[in-house]
Amino acid sequence: MIEGRRTRKGCGYIYIFNFGTFAEVSKDFLNKMAKTGAQILIDTLINQGVEYVFGIPGGAVLPLFDTLYSSPIKFILTRHEQGAGHAADGFARATGKVGVCMVTSGPGATNLTTAIATAFMDSVPIVAITGQVKTNLIGNDAFQEADVMGITRSITKHSYLVNRLDDLPRIIHEAFYIASTGRCGPVVIDLPVDITMKCSDSAPPGAIDLPGYKPRYYGNPRQIKLAAEAINKSKRPVLYTGGGIILSGCSQELLELAEKANVPVTTTLMGLGGFPETNSLSLGMLGMHGTGYANHSVQESDLLIAVGARFDDRVTGKTDEFAPNAEIIHIDIDPASISKNVQVDIPVVGDAKNILIELVKHVRFEERKEWFDQINEWKEKYPLSYDNKGDDVKPQYVVEQIYEATNGNAIITTEVGQNQMWAAHYYTFTRPRTFISSGGLGTMGYGFPAAIGAQLGCPDKTVIDIAGDGSFQMNIQELATAVHYKLPVKVAILNNGYLGMVRQWQELFYNKRYSHTRLHDNPDFVKIAEAYGARGFLIDKKKDVRPVIEEALSIKGPVVMDFKVTAEENVFPMVPTGQAINRMIGGMA
Amino acid sequence: MKHTITAIVGNKVGVLARIVGLFSSRGFNIDSLNVGETDNPNLSRLTIVVNGDDAVLEQVRKQLGKVIDVLKVSDLTNQPYVERDLMLVKVNAPPGKRNEILEVVDIFRGKIVDVGQKEMIVELSGTEDKVAAMLKLLQPYGIKETARTGQIAMLRGTK
Repeated sequence: MIEGRRTRKGCGYIYIFNFGTFAEVSKDFLNKMAKTGAQILIDTLINQGVEYVFGIPGGAVLPLFDTLYSSPIKFILTRHEQGAGHAADGFARATGKVGVCMVTSGPGATNLTTAIATAFMDSVPIVAITGQVKTNLIGNDAFQEADVMGITRSITKHSYLVNRLDDLPRIIHEAFYIASTGRCGPVVIDLPVDITMKCSDSAPPGAIDLPGYKPRYYGNPRQIKLAAEAINKSKRPVLYTGGGIILSGCSQELLELAEKANVPVTTTLMGLGGFPETNSLSLGMLGMHGTGYANHSVQESDLLIAVGARFDDRVTGKTDEFAPNAEIIHIDIDPASISKNVQVDIPVVGDAKNILIELVKHVRFEERKEWFDQINEWKEKYPLSYDNKGDDVKPQYVVEQIYEATNGNAIITTEVGQNQMWAAHYYTFTRPRTFISSGGLGTMGYGFPAAIGAQLGCPDKTVIDIAGDGSFQMNIQELATAVHYKLPVKVAILNNGYLGMVRQWQELFYNKRYSHTRLHDNPDFVKIAEAYGARGFLIDKKKDVRPVIEEALSIKGPVVMDFKVTAEENVFPMVPTGQAINRMIGGMA
Repeated sequence: MKHTITAIVGNKVGVLARIVGLFSSRGFNIDSLNVGETDNPNLSRLTIVVNGDDAVLEQVRKQLGKVIDVLKVSDLTNQPYVERDLMLVKVNAPPGKRNEILEVVDIFRGKIVDVGQKEMIVELSGTEDKVAAMLKLLQPYGIKETARTGQIAMLRGTK
């Protein structure tokens, strides 16, 4: 212990220490010095290892931003709070760390809600700190007040309203712990401005106290044995793997399981990158826009091994007819996911990585020649394909060229709609955390700010947002952020002048009545890019696609590539909603 | 089908709102809800009675277990349990009718807890059926007010 004596001198305090090294002394000094709530918050964030915070300042967070001004945390000023939330989300998905965003009360917080909901649906660990009006004004319709706890309740894993300064460090530590463990998800900390200005003499305790939160990490050994037996005796098994593979960090274990047991693997959209699509056991993506061979394999399987996937309606189609003859094993960290949409025969609750490590030990190689012959037949009969004969710039071709130009080493973010599906189909994903997309909520405008977050998290990687002309305009203002921080993110707009996916549905199911899906008054994206200080390219000839991609990749700053693609190209194959997933349209089955 | 769900929850701000939200967001109307401190002042016990589709309620029960401040959830519906509902009822009781009312209250083993000039307050605890039955018998005298705790419930034996 170091003893310090506090004496009053002038208007401040000086400390006289009896002994101790400088480091010890300064630590003790810090502990004893009165700190404001804002300082406690920033210190706790640093203590949590936070490097980047995304957000926008405002009235209720002025004390926080004053403290940030002289802190080592790098603050990334976005141009809209939604952009800050998606950037924190993209950072988290690319790095596996917790993404942090900080915004002001009222409109700052409500602007953030779409980003919070996006992270919630895809189980992304983010901590969102929202300013709040003074404690004594809460509920009084104060200026820039919103009931953030109420608004975000159903789109957060947990939320806190800080009532006492002494609770602050504990709440921050708990928020990071909750966000990044179990089934990950967003946590909101609503922080009244007066709490950030209050001073505390003593360092408040920060120990986590969560008796009701006990995620299960290890699967029941008996269930794992049952699962292994089912796999060993199965003649037509399929591994159906989701975002849980990436969150759990078990793509290596998945590869071992698939190869040791000799089981083909299909991934969901969220699972892309969790299993190398270059591997002969890969079936690609399943579901509404899944490959013909993935969907047929699932439907004909006698055993479906779901790992970190949640039987989403975009995957199962009509649930009554989903994998009708299959026994179902479901490995998931969330007990509430078990038998939610589809009745499960062998549930195993726990962290996928720990479970797969155990499962691998109990499975044995089975040749399953007939099954693989059948799958290969489907692969030949229903390959992913598009007509690339003409001179038009096909969106699929653009994605293929991006893949080739980057050797598959880029981090791809996407917007939502056709661009997202083409990115999923025609870029070959081989590594986890390289495909970043809003799967559950389907948030247009996600991809570009997410790319900014991913680029900050992975400065040595090439980050490309595969965008649509509709969705890019939903967060186009973040071009200013990319330019300001000199981030070399690339945007590839597959510009068809439509809200393309909705148009596709209108074409197929609404008799081509293109109700409000035409975007024929799109701006000149090249000029927009230039106005923001980025580079812009317009590509309307097939022969220019590859050279422009190469040139864009060589530029150190942000680049917008406006690919004028075939306007009414459709994403195929496609399963109409409410149909069994082998009922595909578009040159298939 | 009617379900009685009990939960042990942290005595913290916002827990109740989260729990109720899980029901209301699925369109369930809660028939009764009771919250009270347990022997440990940091914990509360919650009893919810709700009618709804079994599969959906099973999902709600699992979601309840995921709420950070919920320590334990049980659906008592198909298990042996004890349930009680406590009611206070203010009934018209002019002097000439008091004895009649007293008889009814006695049969149900209720108690008169207050007597005024023209009315009295009766206290009764029991299962929902019993409470409803007495209420029906008091109806003809004119009921001025009722207050009920809603059901509280506990599993029999140890588990």
